[in-house]
Amino acid sequence: MKISLGPILYFWERNTIYDFYEQIARTPVDVVYLGETVCAKRRQLSLGDWLDLAYTLSSRGKQVILSTLTLIEAESELSQLRKICQNGDFLVEANDMSAVQLLSEQAIPFVAGPFINIYNAQTLRLLVKQGLQRWVMPVELSRQTLDQILLEANKLGIADQFETEVFSYGRLPLAFSARCFTARAYNIPKDSCEFICSRHPDGMPLQSQEGDDVFTINGIQTQSGSRYNLLPQLTAMRSLGVDIVRLSPESSGMEDIIQQFHKARQSGVEILEVSSDSCNGYWFQRAGMENCYNN
Amino acid sequence: MELVCPAGNFPSLKAAVTHGADAVYLGFKDETNARNFSGLNFNDIKLDKSLAYARDRNVKVYIAINTYPQPSAWHKWQYAIDKAVDLGVNAVIVADIGVMAYAAEKYPDLNLHLSVQGSATNHAALQFYQQQFNIKRAVIPRVLSLPQIGRLTQTSPVDLEVFAFGSLCIMAEGRCHLSSYITGESPNMCGVCSPAKSVSWKNNGDVLESRLNNVLIDRYHEDEHAGYPTLCKGRFEVNGNTFHALEEPTSLNTLSVLPQLHEIGVKALKIEGRQRSPAYIALVVRVWREALDSYRREPELFSERAAWQLALHKVSEGSQTTLGAYSRPWQ
Repeated sequence: MKISLGPILYFWERNTIYDFYEQIARTPVDVVYLGETVCAKRRQLSLGDWLDLAYTLSSRGKQVILSTLTLIEAESELSQLRKICQNGDFLVEANDMSAVQLLSEQAIPFVAGPFINIYNAQTLRLLVKQGLQRWVMPVELSRQTLDQILLEANKLGIADQFETEVFSYGRLPLAFSARCFTARAYNIPKDSCEFICSRHPDGMPLQSQEGDDVFTINGIQTQSGSRYNLLPQLTAMRSLGVDIVRLSPESSGMEDIIQQFHKARQSGVEILEVSSDSCNGYWFQRAGMENCYNN
Repeated sequence: MELVCPAGNFPSLKAAVTHGADAVYLGFKDETNARNFSGLNFNDIKLDKSLAYARDRNVKVYIAINTYPQPSAWHKWQYAIDKAVDLGVNAVIVADIGVMAYAAEKYPDLNLHLSVQGSATNHAALQFYQQQFNIKRAVIPRVLSLPQIGRLTQTSPVDLEVFAFGSLCIMAEGRCHLSSYITGESPNMCGVCSPAKSVSWKNNGDVLESRLNNVLIDRYHEDEHAGYPTLCKGRFEVNGNTFHALEEPTSLNTLSVLPQLHEIGVKALKIEGRQRSPAYIALVVRVWREALDSYRREPELFSERAAWQLALHKVSEGSQTTLGAYSRPWQ
């Protein structure tokens, strides 16, 4: 089973990004997704910079995938997307159907990111025909649904034509909007945001009036308030046929998290203890925020 | 521009047809559509009656089959498509790629409209659905500004329908899991958002509390209007402030930009609200019919009448309306 590192979802300064991937290069992560997937205004690295980083990580043994923007509204965003799709060297993670279109019309294989709505094997079959090589399951789907989708894929004769990746650690990306909620929290217009989200390298907590963590604000993206953690499910995932587990970058402690997943996959020993403030409800077909390990 | 109106049941359908809808959209009584609320939607007997009623008055009927099937219930979506074809509806409104593949292959003459849940916000995404499934129209998520929609009508391979009036989703539709994170049920999977069965109300002293699956969504003092606890419209704490951190309870109202919507090439206007009462549908459809007719007769002289806005304000969420993404006051 492979471990992947998802794209950085937050606004980090340029040097922070380089330092982060220098650390990541030394970890046992197998796959690294690079690029901006949340906000088109965040351009601390150019496409050329991302590509340089991709070559470096690739030379250090990582499979590198270029991730694309999720909500694409403007022509400028489409033309940037086109450049990423035509990079020629690296596989691309499509996070919008526009990317699927641009890649499939050129017969370029692709990864379908978690916001490509794949809820059944019939959808997988059509996208496999268009060049899908790997899919990241939508985060709200459960173990049971994944099992059924893969069984159906087997019946349709496509099960050996794609890899399955599951978001397994970090704050879950839950929604996208045209609005910037970080700018809203600071009461400033989106157009003059001055990248105020850089003050929140792990997003801004949004709590209920009783102090419960509900969501996390990250610009135009809304994430879960708790961290999703499927570390104790590695064995179950492997037996279902999951090929890759995805860990989502955070500003600190990532090396430790990677080591935990790496040790678990090597030893095959079931890990039952995870932090009580994490969540896993989606995996068990419950509300996403729930923690079912203690049940 | 075609006026596309909601029908959650037969009385609402009658109200929409009587007051000037060009088309009505409705759903079957199960999770195949995105308004899978108890007491709503159409069983077989009501369907025959409703279709006959609309057809006799030259009003088109669209069936929304716009949620995402999971494998255990895949047959329900297949059956829904088959049934829509049997009924001879004018179009089905679909979101799932697997369902579209099934419909396009089995019924190549069936008109497919891409649901707003399909989340296509640019011409490349629209091209995908047009080339793969020959969709004829797409309903555009409420995230684009008027100029962006104007550019999209120029490049889109299909006609565009936009939301004109009603409850306002602030997230890109089809890409929002907030509801399932809190309650286990979402628009994509179950056809519901912030489902009624997860709602609870409690008086705590002189404060009324609304909760979803026990998560506090808002607190209302006696002088405040208490709204339905839709997740994205709750009052939360961010950075030490308590406020509507995502959006205020408000409705979309585009009446003031009706001429612009026509000029930029929008082909159909959608009224939201299959969960609303027949009286609401009658009022809203009547106002929009009058406005559209008035614009058609004398486009240069069109101006919104105070009486129209007054009527629409009265039925709007929190008695507030906004142009939302069309004007982008937050930009």
